[in-house]
Amino acid sequence: MTVLAQVPTGSGQPPPTPPAARSGRHRLLPYLLLLPGAAWLLVFFGVPLVQLAAASLYDPSGSLSTGYALTWAFGNYPDVLQAYWPQFLRSFGYAGIALVLALLLGYPLAYAIAQKAGRWKNLLLVCVIAPMFTSFLVRTLAWKTILSDNGALVGLLRDVHLLAPDGRLLATPFAVVLGLTYNFLPFLVLPLYASLERLDHRLLEAASDLYASPVQAFRRVTLPLSMPGLVAGTLLFFIPASGDYINAELLGTPNEYMIGNVIDSAFLVRLDYPQGAALSFLLMAAILAVVFGYLRRAGTEEVL
Amino acid sequence: MRLSRWLADRWVMIVALLVLGYLALPILVVAGLSFNRPSSRLSYDFNEFTLDNWRQPCATSDMCDAVVRSVQIGFIATVVATVLGTLMAFALVRHRFRGRSGINVLIFLPMATPELVMGTSLLALFVSAGVPLGFWTIVIAHVMFCVSFVVVTVKARLAGMDRRLEEAAMDLYASEWQTFRRITLPLVLPGIVAAALLAFSLSFDDFIITNFNAGATVTFPMYVWGAAQRGIPPQVNVIGTAMFAIALLLVGLSSLRGRRSRRANLLAGPAQGRQARRPS
Repeated sequence: MTVLAQVPTGSGQPPPTPPAARSGRHRLLPYLLLLPGAAWLLVFFGVPLVQLAAASLYDPSGSLSTGYALTWAFGNYPDVLQAYWPQFLRSFGYAGIALVLALLLGYPLAYAIAQKAGRWKNLLLVCVIAPMFTSFLVRTLAWKTILSDNGALVGLLRDVHLLAPDGRLLATPFAVVLGLTYNFLPFLVLPLYASLERLDHRLLEAASDLYASPVQAFRRVTLPLSMPGLVAGTLLFFIPASGDYINAELLGTPNEYMIGNVIDSAFLVRLDYPQGAALSFLLMAAILAVVFGYLRRAGTEEVL
Repeated sequence: MRLSRWLADRWVMIVALLVLGYLALPILVVAGLSFNRPSSRLSYDFNEFTLDNWRQPCATSDMCDAVVRSVQIGFIATVVATVLGTLMAFALVRHRFRGRSGINVLIFLPMATPELVMGTSLLALFVSAGVPLGFWTIVIAHVMFCVSFVVVTVKARLAGMDRRLEEAAMDLYASEWQTFRRITLPLVLPGIVAAALLAFSLSFDDFIITNFNAGATVTFPMYVWGAAQRGIPPQVNVIGTAMFAIALLLVGLSSLRGRRSRRANLLAGPAQGRQARRPS
């Protein structure tokens, strides 16, 4: 901060020129400000990615105790894909279904808060982020109570025969998808809200004056104008949801395990670093592919 | 037409309230379970009302140790990340320099990368560099993923600031340092405080990245994860409820303060002025 200080030398001085016009040591200032943060990110985010890439090409016959040799073993990739493709598919399947559910739940919520809530707007927004005030894991465990075999929900569903007398909710794909939807819904709603809040209500009135039905007005006015928020929210939902393994572990069984569970056990239980690293990279590549494919579609083609 | 629009309005609001109920349900359950005496250690069902969990929140001492450790880590990581991120935000908003787009990518990428990848890659680095895992590797990891969020939050506040206030101060012969201390810093402070709170909550609640870089050190989320297999002590719900109450209190206080300062019409910068005029 001492760089910022310029001691005034006397009252006869002309007023300082605006910072942009000054040169010399001020040209270095932005780099000095950036240096510590950028260095931290480079060393602890950038370099590790390179290290992970290297680890994914280690000779798979090595181990933590005997050491690994970098043998450019590209065969690790087809190997892990062959062994764990069901978990990969499941990750993207669950995350995709949860995303559709979250859109169905989140869009009306964001719309209602942005356009209908009036003076309750801020209170409702707090309600949306309120789940994040308490621990992610504790919240997820609460679903174990809600979906429990002895709980009111299962009892009710059994009574109305939506569930077989010995049917369960917990430890099923349903529970995992429900947990994913619940945990990441706020990330979808907030950007969507930000987009819808700027929507000029007069545009909808104009549409209905021109004999558009509410459905047409939604498709032709509201939806296109909310696209930026919809795209941002979808990504903020999908990226963490497809990499999540907490919901699968706590609400599911090994039959519901997602790719995150496999990576977790590769690194922390089986200590198979080449395999874990290759799986991590595949996950990132798959997510990037989905994200860029989606962005291109959303950016260039008309929706619906 | 009128009637159908009226119905459409109510329809959206009713769905919205139901969804809010879905979001609130687990919190209510956590609060309820904090008053529950479970029938067995592995049971998640309601059994019997008791105040014991609140009277003795530290009956299982490992849990309270883990909470204290999480607070320590969160505090250190927040201070470091807030300082680093605020400096970067100033550089990005206030200065022109070469390499800006590269820096922007470096800040954006950690927010778009799956936590799992960040956690495993950092573990790969620590292991190959022979760094022993523990308290400080967790702090390093937490600073890493918090910095970007601090930059984004402070940047938003800085970008919405009226530069003319600083120019006025300089015209009145304030030195650059005086201008920074008396004008810039007070105006940006709400953004910095918000960024710090965000960083702390991200750090305190992080499980995935911590899990890979903790070694034998146990934070509160890691304690819950481990206990989920052995059986959860009901005091976990006391901590969950207390966290919720504290966060709610902070939000309530800040909104009260915001309302009061708006009423007093102090420092009617563009951001606050707009909020005050917005019909609500």
